Amino acid sequence: MSNEDLLLLDFWVSPFCMRVKIALAEKGLSYESKEEDLFGGKSELLLKSNPIYQKVPVLLHNGKPLNESAIIVGYIDEKWPSPPLLPACAYGRSQARFWADYIDKKLFDAACTVWRSPGEAVEVAKKDFIEVLKVLEEALGENNFFGGETFGFVDIVAIPMAFWFYASEKFGNFTVEEECPKLSAWIKRSMQRESVAKVLPDPEKVYDFVIMFRKMQGIE
Amino acid sequence: MDNDQVTLLGFWASPVAMRVRIALAEKGVRFEYKEQSMRNKSALLLEMNPVHKKIPVLIHNGKPICESLVIVQYIDEMWNQSPLLPSDPYERARSMFWADFVDQKIYDMKRKMMWTARGEEQEAAKKDFIDCLKLLEVELGAKPYFGGETLGYVDVALVPFYCWFHAYETIANFSIEAKCPKLIGWCKRCMQKESVSKSLAGPHKMYNYEEDTSAFRASTMLLV
Repeated sequence: MSNEDLLLLDFWVSPFCMRVKIALAEKGLSYESKEEDLFGGKSELLLKSNPIYQKVPVLLHNGKPLNESAIIVGYIDEKWPSPPLLPACAYGRSQARFWADYIDKKLFDAACTVWRSPGEAVEVAKKDFIEVLKVLEEALGENNFFGGETFGFVDIVAIPMAFWFYASEKFGNFTVEEECPKLSAWIKRSMQRESVAKVLPDPEKVYDFVIMFRKMQGIE
Repeated sequence: MDNDQVTLLGFWASPVAMRVRIALAEKGVRFEYKEQSMRNKSALLLEMNPVHKKIPVLIHNGKPICESLVIVQYIDEMWNQSPLLPSDPYERARSMFWADFVDQKIYDMKRKMMWTARGEEQEAAKKDFIDCLKLLEVELGAKPYFGGETLGYVDVALVPFYCWFHAYETIANFSIEAKCPKLIGWCKRCMQKESVSKSLAGPHKMYNYEEDTSAFRASTMLLV
């Protein structure tokens, strides 16, 4: 592993960057990390490595850039197959990719809309968000993880979103634990994993970030 | 594989359903096609895709797979002949990135270009669309296909939108070929392949469909 040159262009509060950090930790890979100043000015390396979207995360492997967090996690899983993050069979993999896609399309947006919504719109946003959580809870079923017995691809894609839930809970005046106890238990179980625990930021700090962001956007 | 039961739930005008048809044709997989109504969704569709209630859905030996790019990856993994994705992990990631770009940027263009207000908003949408096609042209480079010498994952993801181009051009009043001749050259090259030509709907049929249903869809925001 000493010949591998891994550099992550990062932003501390980004759940998408978190996915990559968790995947790298699960594989026991060491890497260098460079914090980007997304509000102050993106680095030239970021603009060069992701010219189309100009977003983090970017993983540079021996200088070659990879973009889009779920794609990066898939790449990490293929390059370093042990321990595997995706199921062995094609059908299992298709189901994992489906849920990762669902999470990408629905979860972050739904969570953020709760704290982005002014006044009375919060109630509608909260209802939509809880509906998304319930769909995921049903997909989890009685399993310990979305990967079944083991922490896997879908767990990695989903768990970083969870540290943004605190902000939604405060603005929406509800708790995920009350609405979706099984999903809440999955969150706690996942946060106990070393790969997750060592990269998750303090939810209070995320909440402070959300407050600042709302002010920037002029949301009442 | 002889006892495989493969069924595709699709809609004739849907570019994302066409992706699956092309992939199955490339692999020489025999399948049953079941046309779905978008206004009156069948019990089978609702059972097989309860989360999104959308086509395409591939049903393989009774088990459903949803989301067109997830389905194409599944097809590529289940049937090894004529591989669509490269074997090198970095090149695979690159293919996935560009297919995802098509989903993020091209897929939604139709609504913006044809259903938004005329004038400035439509002009901005047209420019956006052409800019995205030009980026794809750069990625294509001098290769005959995005997949290199053979049709690949990105080709399958993008080429179905070609049958919508005539409708876009007529309704939004511009020529895509004039702005992106290389991309149109690639489209025509793909159309010489039976797997593509048999899977895409005719451009005039698409234009008529757009005209016939634009009022209904504008009011319900039904995306095909």
